[in-house]
Amino acid sequence: MTESASKGSDYESSLSAATNQVAEFEKPQGFVHKVQNALHTNPALVPLIVLVMSIVVFGVLLGSKFFSPFALTLILQQVQIVGIVAAAQSLVILTAGIDLSVGAIMVMSSVVMGQFTFRYGIPPFISVMCGLAVGTGIGAINGLLVTRMKLPPFIVTLGMWQIVLAANFLYSANETIRSQDIEQNAAILQFFGTTLQLGSARLTYGIIFMLLLFGVLTYALTQTAWGRHVYAVGDDKEAAELSGMEANKVLVSVYALSGLICAFAGWALIGRIGSVSPTSGQLANIESITAVVIGGISLFGGRGSVLGSLFGALIVGVFTLGLRLMGADAQWTYLLIGVLIIAAVSVDQWIRKVSG
Amino acid sequence: MKTLLTGTAIALTAATLATGASAASHSISACLITKTDTNPFFVKMKEGATAKAEELGIELKSFAGKIDGDHETQVQAIETCIADGAKGILLTASDTSSIVPAVQQARDAGILVIALDTPLEPIGSADATFATDNFLAGELIGKWAAGKLGDAAADAKIGMLDLAVSQPSVGVLRDQGFLTGFGIDVMDVTKWGDETDPRIVGNDVTQGNEEGGRRAMENLLAQDPMINVVYTINEPAAAGAYEALKSIGRENDVLIVSVDGGCPGVMNVADGVIGATSQQYPLLMASLGIEAIKKWADEGVKPEPSEGKNFFDTGVSLVTDQPVDGVDSISVQEGTERCWG
Repeated sequence: MTESASKGSDYESSLSAATNQVAEFEKPQGFVHKVQNALHTNPALVPLIVLVMSIVVFGVLLGSKFFSPFALTLILQQVQIVGIVAAAQSLVILTAGIDLSVGAIMVMSSVVMGQFTFRYGIPPFISVMCGLAVGTGIGAINGLLVTRMKLPPFIVTLGMWQIVLAANFLYSANETIRSQDIEQNAAILQFFGTTLQLGSARLTYGIIFMLLLFGVLTYALTQTAWGRHVYAVGDDKEAAELSGMEANKVLVSVYALSGLICAFAGWALIGRIGSVSPTSGQLANIESITAVVIGGISLFGGRGSVLGSLFGALIVGVFTLGLRLMGADAQWTYLLIGVLIIAAVSVDQWIRKVSG
Repeated sequence: MKTLLTGTAIALTAATLATGASAASHSISACLITKTDTNPFFVKMKEGATAKAEELGIELKSFAGKIDGDHETQVQAIETCIADGAKGILLTASDTSSIVPAVQQARDAGILVIALDTPLEPIGSADATFATDNFLAGELIGKWAAGKLGDAAADAKIGMLDLAVSQPSVGVLRDQGFLTGFGIDVMDVTKWGDETDPRIVGNDVTQGNEEGGRRAMENLLAQDPMINVVYTINEPAAAGAYEALKSIGRENDVLIVSVDGGCPGVMNVADGVIGATSQQYPLLMASLGIEAIKKWADEGVKPEPSEGKNFFDTGVSLVTDQPVDGVDSISVQEGTERCWG
C-alpha cells in the first residue's frame, strides 16, 4: 500500500495534479458588462435611476416651483391611488398573469363602503370591512377561475372588469355620496385623506399606507417561502408543481390579495376625492400596468422587483406634474409615457442579454 | 352547408324585416342614444324620455356609449334604429362631426334626428337641436363672479378647470362664456387656452369627475397658490377642486363657480362649497324631444328653433343664495326643486 502510494499511481495522489476549482460564474468583462450585470441583479435600479434623473431635470428646468417639498409631496399625493393599485397589479404580473379588473374592484369596494353606510345605516367601520371583503372576494373568484377552469388571466379579468364595473353602476344607481355628508356621519371613510404637515411637505395617511404596503410586499416576496413560490410559479408553473409547490393555491392567494389591496385603494380613493363617486378610476387598470411595465417587471412573469412599480408610478407622476408646470399640453404627457413604456421594455431586454 | 347558411341568412333577414315592420305598424318607435349611461345627466335624460314615451304610447329604445367618446357604439346604435324602422332618434353625440354621415343615413331613411344637449358640427346636420345655451350658462357664472368680487375682479387670479384636451364644444362654450361674462378678452372664441389676460393662472383638464377636479386644482395651485376664482366645467369637478383647496386650508377664500344643476351640486351651493352654478334641464330636453318625434310621426312637422338662435333653447338658470345686482338668479330652494340626478 505504501509502496504503491510512493509510485503516484493511486487515485488520491493522481487527483492532486488536477485543478481543484469549483464551477463559478464568469467575471463580467468591461464597464458596460458590469453595468448590465448590476442592473440584472437589481431589477428596480433602472426605474430608480430614471426617477432620480427626471426629478433632477425638472428641478433644473423649473427651479423651486417643482423642486420644493410642497410639489414633491404633491406628486406622492397624486400617485397614491395608482401606486396602491400598481402593487396589486405587480403581484399578479409576477405570476405571469394580468389583472384588468383592478380599477373596477377598487371602485366597487369604495361604493360598497359608502352605500352600506348611507343606504343601510351600517356602522362605517363595519362597512369598510365589508368593502375590503368584497374586494378580496372578487379577487378570489378571479383566482379560482384561472386555476380551476384553466382560463387565461387576461380573459378572466377582462370579463370580471366589465361585470364588476356594470354591477357598480347598477348598485350605486350612479349616485355620488357627497364629501360633506361623509365628513359628518362617517369620517372613517376619509381616514386615508388625513394629512400630516411637515413644514410645507404634506403627507396623507394614504401615502404612508402606500409606502408601508410596498415595504411589506418587498419583505414578503424576498424573505418568505410564499414570496419564493410566487416567483417560481411565475417563472415556470409546471416546474414549480413538480418541485412540490401547490401552484394553484399560490395563484388563488395572489389574486385574492390583489383584490384586497384594490379594496384598500378604494378606501384611499374616498380619502383622496372626499366623496364616493362610481365614475372614478375607470383607467386604473391601464395606469397600473403602465407603472408596472415602466418599473421593469417582466410581463412574462417571475422577474422584477415590486419596488420597481412604485418607482414606475412615481416616474409617471413626476412627468405629469413637471410637464403641467412647464405649461405643456397634456397630450405631450401621454406621448412621453408611451415612449417610456417602450424604452423600459427595451432596456429590460438589453439587460437580459447578460444571462443569454 | 352553403344552402343551410344562405337559408339561415334569408330567414334572419325576413325575421328582422318582419319585426321592424310590425313595430312600425303597431306603434311609433323612437331611439335615445346618449354618450354613456353612467353619467347622472344622461340617466336623467333617459328617465325623462322614458316617462314621456310611456305617456304618449311611444316605444322607446335606449342606447349608450360604453365610455365618454365611444363613437363606434353610437354609429352602431343609429344603424340599429334605421333597421328597426324608428320614427325619430334623440342623439347626444360623442363625436359631433364624425357622427354626421350616420345621421345623414338616418335622415335619408325618413327618420327625424334631434341632437340633445350637444349640437352636431355643423349644427344643421340634425333636423333640430334641443340644448342648453352653454355659452350663456358660462356667461351667467362669469358675470356673477365678477359682480361678487366687485373691484377685486381687476386683480383676480383665475383657475380654469376644463373638460378634456380634445376641447369638446360644450366645454369650449362654457369656458369662453365664463371669461366673457367676467370681462376677459377670449381671443379665438372657438378654443380655450389661447387667452393672454394675466389674471388667468392656467387651464387644466378634469374629465368632468372628482378625481380629475382635485388633480387639476392641485396642478394649478402648484403654479400659483393664491388663486381666488375657480371656474369648473361641472359640479363633480368642482367638488374635487374644493377638496384640493381644503387640503391647503384655502376653501373659504376661493370662489368656485360651476355648471350643471345636479342635486348634489345644488346641495353644494347650499353648503357654500360652490358659490353659484348654472342649472340646465335634461329632463325637459328629453321630454320635448319625444313630443317632437310624436308630432313628426302624426303630422310630419319638424320642430322650430328658438327666436334668434339656431337651436331650441331649453333654458338655463343661475342658482345661488348670494344674488348679484344685474344678474338674474333663482334661490337654492328653487334650484333644489328643479334639480336632477
